[in-house]
Amino acid sequence: MEMEAVASHALDVLKRLGAQHAEVSVGVGRELEVVVRQGEVELVKEAASSGLSVRVIVDDRVAVSSTTDLGRASVEAFLARAIDMARISEPDPLAAPPDPSELEHDPPLLELFDPRTELIGADEGIAMARRAEAAAFARDARITSSEGASFGRSSAHSVLATSGGFLGQKSGTYQSLSVQAIADDADGKKRNGGYWTGARFRDDLEDAEFVGREAADRAVRFLGSAKMDTGVVPVVFDKEAARAIVGLVASCIVGDAIYRQRSYLAERLGTRIGSSWLTLIDDPGVPRGPGSRAFDGEGRPVPRRDVTESGTLQSLLLDTYSARKLNLAPTGSASGGGGIPHASTSNFYLAAGDRGPETLLDGISRGLYVVRMMGFGFDPVTGDFSRGAEGFLIEDGKLTRPVGEITISRNLDELLGGIEAVANDLEFKTSVASPSFRVDAMTIGGT
Amino acid sequence: MASPQSVLPGALIEPGEAPFITGPSAITDDLLEQLLRKALERGGDFADLFFEYRRHASISMEDGRVRSVGGGVDLGLGVRVVQGAAVGYAYSESLELDEMLAAAQTASRIASSGESRAPVAVKRLALTTRYPVAAEVVDAEGAARVAILRRADAAARAADSRVRRVDASLVAVHKEILVCSSTGNVGYDVQPMVRMGVSVVASDGQRVESGQSGGGGRFGLDYFERVTPEDHGREAARIALVTLDSRPTPAGTMPVVLAPGDAGILLHEAVGHGLEADFNRKRTSNYTDRIGQSVASPLVTVVDDPGIVGSRGSINVDDEGEVPMEHRLIEGGILRAYMQDRISARFFGLPTAGSGRRESFRDVPMPRMTNTLMMPGEDDPEDIIRSVKRGIYAKKFSGGQVNISNGDFVFSLTEAYLIEDGKLTGPLKSANLTGNGPEALTTVSMLGHDFALSDGMWTCGKDGQSAPVGVGMPTVILDRLTVGGTAV
Repeated sequence: MEMEAVASHALDVLKRLGAQHAEVSVGVGRELEVVVRQGEVELVKEAASSGLSVRVIVDDRVAVSSTTDLGRASVEAFLARAIDMARISEPDPLAAPPDPSELEHDPPLLELFDPRTELIGADEGIAMARRAEAAAFARDARITSSEGASFGRSSAHSVLATSGGFLGQKSGTYQSLSVQAIADDADGKKRNGGYWTGARFRDDLEDAEFVGREAADRAVRFLGSAKMDTGVVPVVFDKEAARAIVGLVASCIVGDAIYRQRSYLAERLGTRIGSSWLTLIDDPGVPRGPGSRAFDGEGRPVPRRDVTESGTLQSLLLDTYSARKLNLAPTGSASGGGGIPHASTSNFYLAAGDRGPETLLDGISRGLYVVRMMGFGFDPVTGDFSRGAEGFLIEDGKLTRPVGEITISRNLDELLGGIEAVANDLEFKTSVASPSFRVDAMTIGGT
Repeated sequence: MASPQSVLPGALIEPGEAPFITGPSAITDDLLEQLLRKALERGGDFADLFFEYRRHASISMEDGRVRSVGGGVDLGLGVRVVQGAAVGYAYSESLELDEMLAAAQTASRIASSGESRAPVAVKRLALTTRYPVAAEVVDAEGAARVAILRRADAAARAADSRVRRVDASLVAVHKEILVCSSTGNVGYDVQPMVRMGVSVVASDGQRVESGQSGGGGRFGLDYFERVTPEDHGREAARIALVTLDSRPTPAGTMPVVLAPGDAGILLHEAVGHGLEADFNRKRTSNYTDRIGQSVASPLVTVVDDPGIVGSRGSINVDDEGEVPMEHRLIEGGILRAYMQDRISARFFGLPTAGSGRRESFRDVPMPRMTNTLMMPGEDDPEDIIRSVKRGIYAKKFSGGQVNISNGDFVFSLTEAYLIEDGKLTGPLKSANLTGNGPEALTTVSMLGHDFALSDGMWTCGKDGQSAPVGVGMPTVILDRLTVGGTAV
């Protein structure tokens, strides 16, 4: 097919120009996005795109470059410039790609492409968005406005070819529908609530009416929100907030963060980094998973990995370069393809417990249930964590009133050690996922 | 007194290297009219064409060694057709006529009147530059760019024996845009950009801490005469070293003194976004219907100024082809204006004002900030600190976020000190500040005369599109803000 032809031509040209190693990625994609607000169409955007990106190594020196111009003559000029760029770089023998014997020769076939996705036209997307938004207004008279409802779909095909002999093809689709509803509070403040559904397969999307109703409920539940007192209390993280915490751990167990000393977990392999509830898994093979992949960005096989087991850090996620830097075995975690490889998570999640999320409140006389966080207050070097939070006051095991405009803070190392219960509500809606969980104590910055 | 200055109209913008401006595929006026005619063939209120050429060059150095060199060119055309508040959008990654016409046709489908509109004859605006650059960093020899990083690296390492690791990066961009609206205006701009960053890890054997410094803007190599690579290396090391001695930050509501410069990010988050006209047209901002009302302490005057020499947020023409001027948003505490793009301006019945920006030709424009500034007052910054019995002095920030609909904001401190009895005492660990924008600005009780512009490093995200912005402000005290530390 055409993409493979472009990729192998590029590899040939690079070899002729003196490249010692090369990785070439060629991709094409199509997208549709529609936005509806208060029943009226606000945006219809449709486009197709294509691109070529390369990583070249010349005399152990690395350069990366990308272009959207796939014309034969343009590609040859582009590749010559990439070779020239590499000469500015400095020799780094560790940057060499994997040995050919380490490459994946028979990538598994993953179910990530839905042929029905590209058939969804603008009219159908608009109809879905309209139904979702209308359901939000119909749900509750206190919904006074909407920031809109949007539907988007994308599909992409790409080929990765390397001078080591790897050739892999992948295809994927994704579609999503979201609504942002707004309620007016007594003091003139506006409360927004959003809900979205997204999936690789069209049939896995939640119903448009359900999306609208959830958005409405999520706006009105914050009516009357107020601060709470400064102090130290137990905190329950709803699965959506919990996922953000798991994402912070992810940023601290990838190879770059470790060898660049940008992680408080840099020296902790084999030691305890959390309570016995902390079992974290990276699984590239989740069926229809948003982060699933059949091979990594360097063409390595991608096994499932238990990053922590019952609180003990068992494995980091490493691409070839970071593994060599750390004298460890690579884990097939390189992202992308045709760029500088960096280790990244695939589907990364906290293993579920066996209790219902509502039981996490049991026995808390005064605490905070966090559903939404804001800001970027995390220092990976020290693990210090502090973010804005919104949620509900817990009193005697029940949610009593909405809370906002406060911060929650604790060092991540202590926070993970303080996880004392995990619920059974894990879902693979996002590539970083978590069930709801409870932490014994965090500092609330409030009144 | 240092206060921001706009450049007087300078030299005319000279044609650059973009294939749509020079050479065999240069876009002629006839071609612009042909594309606009196609875009409006099914009707629509207006249409615009956005050609973009972007060449970038980047180098990253890890621990004293160049890890990688990158670069590339991006080129394309975005076509927008607007009918009422409805936008049809499509783009082409090529300047081939059939592909550009196909994009125009796709965008045209939004219109339904069926009555084609003839665009006005196009007219190229003669624009002057607000950021003349003699030697762009993107064109500098690779060895010269590596040398800049090496200087920063050496200065950081020389700063102290506790410095353990230094990483540095340099990114330079040369961007040209050609915007043509069916009103007939054709704007063309050359937008250079440089950004360098240095990151230091320090350890005293017990603790490990990091520090960052970065800057740049619409400058050429002359930037490194204003702020040297050594300055950034030493500054990153200084922050890492100071932080080695930091103690837990208190939690709770207390007075917060914001240092000049970087704290403008609070202004950007807490107030700026809520004054973007799209949120007010849609009635989803906390500032909806509040023009003419008091929204801040009488000390507060806020402007968005696209014309500051070399600042990261400056533009000569916006991404809808309008020449932007300074916007006075809040004057003496009274809300005066929102930032308008073309769709919002039509909705509010106002002249278009030049706040329409987009990330690239792949994106629709929307109202965005450029350089958002709080104008200086008359207080001595020392007096402001002296007025605090117990509070926080907030010096450096790593970013922030706002909930537009209610004005609640959060932003992250990377360098802060405790104020006790009017004096700065020990450095504090990183923490967050949270509050409500409109409420926070009513608690401004003193305003310094020491206005400073933040050195360019801020990138603003909105609806998935990022845009370079500038911020600036003098020393300010907010009487009550919630500090998110761990110490109770």
